[in-house]
Amino acid sequence: MNPVLYLAQRGTAFILAFAVTVHLITIIYAVRGGLTAGDILARTHGNRAFLAFYLTFVVAAAIHAPIGLRAVLREWLRWRGRSLDLVMALFSLSLLVLGVRAAFAVFGA
Amino acid sequence: MSVQSKSNNDTSPASVLIVQVWRGDEGGAFQTFEVPARANQTVLDVVTEIQRTQDETLSYRFACRVGMCGSCAMVVNERPRWTCRTRVDELESGPLKLEPLRNLPIVKDLTVDMEPFFNKWRDAHGYFEPGENPPEDFAIVEPSSPERQAADEGIECINCGVCYSACDVVTWNEDYLGPAALNRAWTLVNDVRDHGQDARLAAVTGDAGCHSCHSHMSCTEFCPKHLSPTFSIAGLKRATSNKLWRR
Repeated sequence: MNPVLYLAQRGTAFILAFAVTVHLITIIYAVRGGLTAGDILARTHGNRAFLAFYLTFVVAAAIHAPIGLRAVLREWLRWRGRSLDLVMALFSLSLLVLGVRAAFAVFGA
Repeated sequence: MSVQSKSNNDTSPASVLIVQVWRGDEGGAFQTFEVPARANQTVLDVVTEIQRTQDETLSYRFACRVGMCGSCAMVVNERPRWTCRTRVDELESGPLKLEPLRNLPIVKDLTVDMEPFFNKWRDAHGYFEPGENPPEDFAIVEPSSPERQAADEGIECINCGVCYSACDVVTWNEDYLGPAALNRAWTLVNDVRDHGQDARLAAVTGDAGCHSCHSHMSCTEFCPKHLSPTFSIAGLKRATSNKLWRR
């Protein structure tokens, strides 16, 4: 791991620590409050703050997860070289595309 | 520990230590010996007694016997230690289990090949780099300066390999430079006389370098000199990150 990946992983960890906490509290609040899927979508639809929060969450996760997974695969499977970096780049892209798509779907754009 | 019938302070032949000793190379096995328990007996004393009285083919390494050289390090009851500074009566009960250091090729029995360990010191630029031109005068290094104090905290390493044996990251990633080499690099990063910092920081960066440390702190836990390679590695992480910003 080079310093760029190291700092990227640490930096996104700070963001995720905040974002995951907010996300979990929101889920628990919504479920315990008895909101239906329709009620939730009515609140998220057109909410730019919601969209900004989840886009930040998605970008941070798309950076953070592949860096950690790369280290795990190197250590546990002894996978090395460009093939690993390429697969992790594709994994990152997949997280980004799926996450952004989900955020916009709930935003209702 | 591992005494049959009587306490360790009893030096009569009836008090016996059961000792399981690794024999052979990577494909070897444990061989069990019985050694008389003696007062104030160290693990190195036990190994020496086996070698001198029971099996002269037993291979192990030692030199000073007093915790100065670090050459007698082995894995004793699953933990890497200096055998000369480990008294048998300080250990937990059960058979005494002796193995060679982990993460290094076994030469024979309790002796490992230290070459990969020292090669990583070289790879981490763990040597003083005086630069092209000799200094015109002595360098003045205040003992109270932060750099000198940081170097002091790691400078007493005697290369015994205990931290390297304890490090799980070395086990998982054979390229990883390891705690001792990175600790040495950190002491040199804090040597204001050294002129090889850019190359050194580049050497300790990457998948074999400081950023691969998981901060398990096994090196710090087991270091017989009570050094903290984990904090030295954290210092290297800061130094390499700061260098990134300065580009």
